[in-house]
Amino acid sequence: MVRGFGWAAAFPDEVWEHVFSFLAADADRNAVALVCRAWHRIERRSRRRVFVGNCYAVAPAAAVRRFPEVRAAAIKGKPHFADFNLVPTDWGGGAEAWVEAMAEGWPHLEELRLKRMVVSDDCLELIARSFKNFGVLSLVSCDGFSTAGLAAIAANCRNLRELDLHENEVEDNCLNWISHFPESFTSLVSLNIACLEGDVNTSVLECLISRCPNLKTLRLNHAMPLEKLVSLLQRAPQLVDVGTSKFSADHHPELFSKLESTFAGFKHLKSLSGIWEAGPTYLPAIYSVCESLTSLNLCYATIQSPELLKFVSRCKNLQRLWVMDLIEDNGLIAVAASCKLLQELRVFPSDPYGVAPPISLTEHGLVAISAGCLMLHSVLYFCRQMTNAALLTIANNRPNLTCFRLCIIEPHTPDYISQEPLDAGFSAIVESCKDLRRLSLSGLLTDRVFKSIGASANRLEMLSVAFAGDSDAGLHYILSGCKNLRKLEIRDCPFGDKALLDNASKLETMRSLWMSSCSVTLGACRQLALKMPRLNVEVIDERRGRPLESWPDDFPVEKLYIYRTVAGPRSDTPPCVWTV
Amino acid sequence: MTPPLEHDYLGLSESPGELSGNLKDTELRLGLPGSESPERVDGGGAGLTLGLPKCFVSGAKRGFSDAIDGPDAWGLPGVNGPEGEQGKGGEKASGKLLGPPSVGKDDGGAAKVAPSPKAQVVGWPPIRSYRKNTMAANPSKNKEDAKGKHGLECLYIKVSMDGAPYLRKVDLKTYSNYKELSLALEKMFTCFTIGQCGSYGMTGREILTEGRVIDLLQGSEYVLTYEDKDGDWMLVGDVPWEMFTDSCRRLRIMKGSDAIGIAPRAMEKSKSRN
Repeated sequence: MVRGFGWAAAFPDEVWEHVFSFLAADADRNAVALVCRAWHRIERRSRRRVFVGNCYAVAPAAAVRRFPEVRAAAIKGKPHFADFNLVPTDWGGGAEAWVEAMAEGWPHLEELRLKRMVVSDDCLELIARSFKNFGVLSLVSCDGFSTAGLAAIAANCRNLRELDLHENEVEDNCLNWISHFPESFTSLVSLNIACLEGDVNTSVLECLISRCPNLKTLRLNHAMPLEKLVSLLQRAPQLVDVGTSKFSADHHPELFSKLESTFAGFKHLKSLSGIWEAGPTYLPAIYSVCESLTSLNLCYATIQSPELLKFVSRCKNLQRLWVMDLIEDNGLIAVAASCKLLQELRVFPSDPYGVAPPISLTEHGLVAISAGCLMLHSVLYFCRQMTNAALLTIANNRPNLTCFRLCIIEPHTPDYISQEPLDAGFSAIVESCKDLRRLSLSGLLTDRVFKSIGASANRLEMLSVAFAGDSDAGLHYILSGCKNLRKLEIRDCPFGDKALLDNASKLETMRSLWMSSCSVTLGACRQLALKMPRLNVEVIDERRGRPLESWPDDFPVEKLYIYRTVAGPRSDTPPCVWTV
Repeated sequence: MTPPLEHDYLGLSESPGELSGNLKDTELRLGLPGSESPERVDGGGAGLTLGLPKCFVSGAKRGFSDAIDGPDAWGLPGVNGPEGEQGKGGEKASGKLLGPPSVGKDDGGAAKVAPSPKAQVVGWPPIRSYRKNTMAANPSKNKEDAKGKHGLECLYIKVSMDGAPYLRKVDLKTYSNYKELSLALEKMFTCFTIGQCGSYGMTGREILTEGRVIDLLQGSEYVLTYEDKDGDWMLVGDVPWEMFTDSCRRLRIMKGSDAIGIAPRAMEKSKSRN
């Protein structure tokens, strides 16, 4: 055995590159890069994929310089709570800085995935022009662009394979953007335009679909009438993933049988979504695909329980089910009996602001699922009542849970039978589910639950807390425990300065911390910022007033976003954000 | 139903009636005007909210600093109305103020929305705004009879302006008449009418006086139109306010010259929708 690191030099770089290519996880590649200079050099030159969880954690130019041969990049911008309107719209997360740096340094970039970023049409045009071999564009929960920008992508990206637009705010100013795909363009594999509001020219789309033989995923938008949808889908019986448009129309026997035969023609369909505004009329037409479905997204389908039950219980191979609470407990009990392969369940509220819910969806539905679906590991569940006993049962049934997000709609709701806080229930979840990576709490909770979480949730990476806890101790338990915590987001909890300052160094081991409507003062933020130079401590305050410097230390902070960064304070803060 | 929440950080339980015309509101303090606990930050919503695009200079003569509809236009439910008038001494009582827009608030207009017994909190339950807007825009036929719009906390409408690089959103439920809406839109889009300065990073712009802005928007240069449920484009102002909010799907500020062709366009639209 050669002493020291001389053995590294015994192999040419290409060999190490090949070895490293088997390391998929960034963490592993990061570790490799620390072994010796040679490995650092080889690794950085051969890294092909980059994931930037916080676009402000590193300067774009630095990332591009460090890894010059990247082919696929994924970048996230705004904090998660931006989804719920808690982050000012001008907070930041603009994509220009990144796109410009990438255009300059990664001309061979093939894939770009952006989430919660502000992407302008100019950005899209730059993307379209800069990357000759561009293949995949995925924009999730982004805004700032229009269909004109999409036209630029369509016109210039000759080798585009995937265009995935998921839940973006898109201005519709270019009605015929689809026609910008040239006649010679045939490479499309995946097209998701579900979030577009405007009409899409069906005949142009039909031509496009007909000339793209590799098309596997097609998700259309709400606006398309059912007849047009049917004629479109007939052109692509090879589809694996379909998102329909409106699924209702007046009953026409012809349309029904056309729909039926179209769907019967799908021999490979695995994933179904869309089904907006579904009436019971046309649903039976697509029963033929139920058996083969592994993923079913009915979260916008306002179908009532009986029809829903009939449909879903035919889907014996379902692995993922997203549905509205209209399915009710009975429906979930049926799912638990029929869908034995279920891994992920999401139940959304049909009437979240409603006064008196007529929906009979309670903790029983979730308990039934936890008992019947042995492979269940991911849950998102909106309901109005819960008990500790139910949570305990779920915890015991499903110790393999990795993601448990429970939203009891009314804040501070206790166990409705015992009137106790739900501490015991959630504690059971974290103690039993050793691999839990993501947890969202709700209901009436005291500091006790945080003690359990801090102590037991060793694999937890993301925790969302709202309207919970009694004191600073709660926050202290989390920050001093939870070894693998990456993202913590808190709203409306009585957590304050002491816990934050006592655990300052923990914050550098995490990606980010969001706290809003808590009890943190400006003074603590100042101390924190002084103590931890590699954190950006952003105080967000949307009221007009004197600049931050003039506010006293005891000034309560409305919203706080703290994240680690090697890029220093950012230069694009809007008026309502101050980096302390 | 659960009793009203007592925690200060759910301070959105005041009814809007208490809030208007309160001079205390001009005080810089935390929480919503009318709430009594400066040490607690109230849940979610800010008092006077901002979110000016950078093309405004702060402390503008026109008083934009007080008259901000920006944030709610960008989709913050339950927070804003034209509360900016409070900054001028609380003279305007719109009754539409801070606090849940859907809670029995229509002083001026018809009360289409039944008062909900509990307060609405910003961003709770945690449902993505995309989903909220989508569900609001496409209510199920089944549920419409049962409760109409009662379940919706807000009615966000996209507003686009010809020549502007991005669109805004307004919550129609925060206004009670055309005048309020028009004022709000003027403020929102002034930025763009000053020689299309829609991008951030424009500095040194002169701030227009109030008169000039109104001229621009109410003069011949721009016309406010809306798309109704049938997909037709109509001029704003022809129908009673309640009818308008019921049927308006989106707004568009078009150049006066383009608006001439409105009727034919409406025909085209309804044809192409079949």
